[in-house]
Amino acid sequence: MAEDTVYMSTPDEFGRFGEFGGRFVPEALMPACLELEDAFLDAWSDREFLAEYRSVLADFAGRPTPITPLARLSERLGISVYAKREDLAHTGSHKINNVVGQTLLTVRMGKSRVIAETGAGQHGVATATAAARLGLACTIFMGEVDTKRQELNVFRMELLGATVVPVTSGSRTLKDAVNEAMREWVTCVEDTHYCLGSVMGPHPFPWMVREMQSIIGHEAARQLRDVRVGTPDYVVACVGGGSNAAGVFAGFANSSAQLIGVEAAGGAAVGHGSPGVLHGMRSLIMQDEFGQIEEAHSISAGLDYPGIGPEHAHLAASGRARYVEVGDEVIIDALRTLSELEGIIPALESAHAVAWLIREAGREIPLGSTVLLNMSGRGDKDVAQVLSILRSGS
Amino acid sequence: MKSLERHLRALRETGVKALVPYFMAGVTTDWVRHVEAAIAGGANAVEIGVPFSDPMMDGIVIQEAGLRSLANGTTLDSLCAEVAGLALGVPLIAMSYYNVFHHYGLAASARRLADSGIDGAIVPDLSPEEAEPWRDACHSVDVATVFLVAPSTPSERVTRIATMSEGFVYASARMAVTGRASDLGAAPRVVAAVREATDLPTFVGIGITTPEQAREAAQVADGVIVGSALVRTILDGASPADTEALVNSFRRALD
Ligand SMILES: Cc1ncc(COP(=O)(O)O)c(C=O)c1O
Repeated sequence: MAEDTVYMSTPDEFGRFGEFGGRFVPEALMPACLELEDAFLDAWSDREFLAEYRSVLADFAGRPTPITPLARLSERLGISVYAKREDLAHTGSHKINNVVGQTLLTVRMGKSRVIAETGAGQHGVATATAAARLGLACTIFMGEVDTKRQELNVFRMELLGATVVPVTSGSRTLKDAVNEAMREWVTCVEDTHYCLGSVMGPHPFPWMVREMQSIIGHEAARQLRDVRVGTPDYVVACVGGGSNAAGVFAGFANSSAQLIGVEAAGGAAVGHGSPGVLHGMRSLIMQDEFGQIEEAHSISAGLDYPGIGPEHAHLAASGRARYVEVGDEVIIDALRTLSELEGIIPALESAHAVAWLIREAGREIPLGSTVLLNMSGRGDKDVAQVLSILRSGS
Repeated sequence: MKSLERHLRALRETGVKALVPYFMAGVTTDWVRHVEAAIAGGANAVEIGVPFSDPMMDGIVIQEAGLRSLANGTTLDSLCAEVAGLALGVPLIAMSYYNVFHHYGLAASARRLADSGIDGAIVPDLSPEEAEPWRDACHSVDVATVFLVAPSTPSERVTRIATMSEGFVYASARMAVTGRASDLGAAPRVVAAVREATDLPTFVGIGITTPEQAREAAQVADGVIVGSALVRTILDGASPADTEALVNSFRRALD
């Protein structure tokens, strides 16, 4: 798909997008990052590899995912909303696109095991799924706090044959799971690939994961053309590390569409961050006055990340995309609205994008606008949490 | 040539193997006493850990020390203020993650270290590819930047890293984060690769736990770095006198 990617450009030789990106990792991991860059470049221009990647996405993951016009929500808000249904992909979110690509690459590199971090559990489940399909051993690092918030996903990963390691260092959430996965990777780079779950980390991960997610945007652009909607006025996606947003933006980066990334107010790296270096990348990071990383706090584990992918930091700096925030307090309402009006229970992460539409339709978003909403995942994983929030009456 | 390198080359001339203990700044209120005790016990240079919230290259012992230190309110300024003006007689080397310096400002950090009598910096997540801005910042001050070579580093990279490193080259004994280990891992091979590329002093670190391991490592290298083994005892309540005795047991093994 390298040849398709005419919208968001490739990073420079150091893996930088403008002033962001790069490769800030211990020397022990540098050779693995360089090897991965070569392997990815090679695979991504190999027709056979691309054909296999696409056929697994079709036959196993259920692509293409449809575009659904959200008629009743549109009527309520006075704008035309189309949802890109990543919630209908296998394992319930966009995460499968990336792990299908990275696990095929793992085999191609001759490695027999994958490790990954996970926040909400979606990336962990997706990795365990793709690993099972290829007979790869799989270990998932998950903050202890998140293993409790997402108990069912822990069990799903175990059913899929993965080992789940609860991470008890630091704030015991997603950022600590990344630290722990990096520490583990140092000890086993010979036979193990680190299947990073978002457009973050050292080069080539931000670029590679964006490429592997760009199928979302390319499909959506084609589908909207096919139904004569053409280019939407807005493309809206939630942003944790930024992979579903990067994937959908990639299909519209050179169009007239406004690109909007919706961050959780408690994890808003563009909103509250400043340039910093974390997890192998230079990007916008939430940190205190001494450069210590701040803990993110969000109702959704998948957005509980104090950084953002470097390409997003660059898109923000260049003004091509805009990043907005919504607070925890409006998320449950947004989830209920979409469920009741459209028969779609969104993931708490995706509900952030819905909440922004509900808040801004007729305000920042002029009435009559056309909007592509990336429905990054389904809410099944979240219903127990939503139930307990509603029961406790908050 | 920066002071650190002059000092360590001169030490090697005398035939003494360098013993470089690591202490986490601010982990206890008397951490500076531990540094002094280590020097009394025979340390030839001291690594000073600057705490960071997300220490990717550290195992549980140094993670715990860093979190305690942060809880005690340690900052780059506070630890620099504590070491400034001490007449320790051996070089000090700050070990920190890049974000701490990046956020403080590269030029300002380099000056702050130099003004506090700190002679070098080890920044494990700063790859040679990304190091130019930091090296520029250190250019006009007397702070040497030490780079690491890992067991996974291919030989062309070893040459490149050895050329960039100042003071000494840090040879990682194993593919692991900091911590305690039961053997020397790949140390002899890594040291040999570094020796091919440079005549800079070469020190072995990562996992050196016992005086016996230190003695073995020093048979191939010019010095050893001992971290988690010392930090663990301080977390468990060791006094400066205990630290002096422990460091001295390593000293005797090396001499
Ligand atoms: C459904 C869903 N959407 C979004 C995200 C956030 O990740 P990203 O910003 O990389 O798309 C997650 C992460 O777990 C997720 O599960």
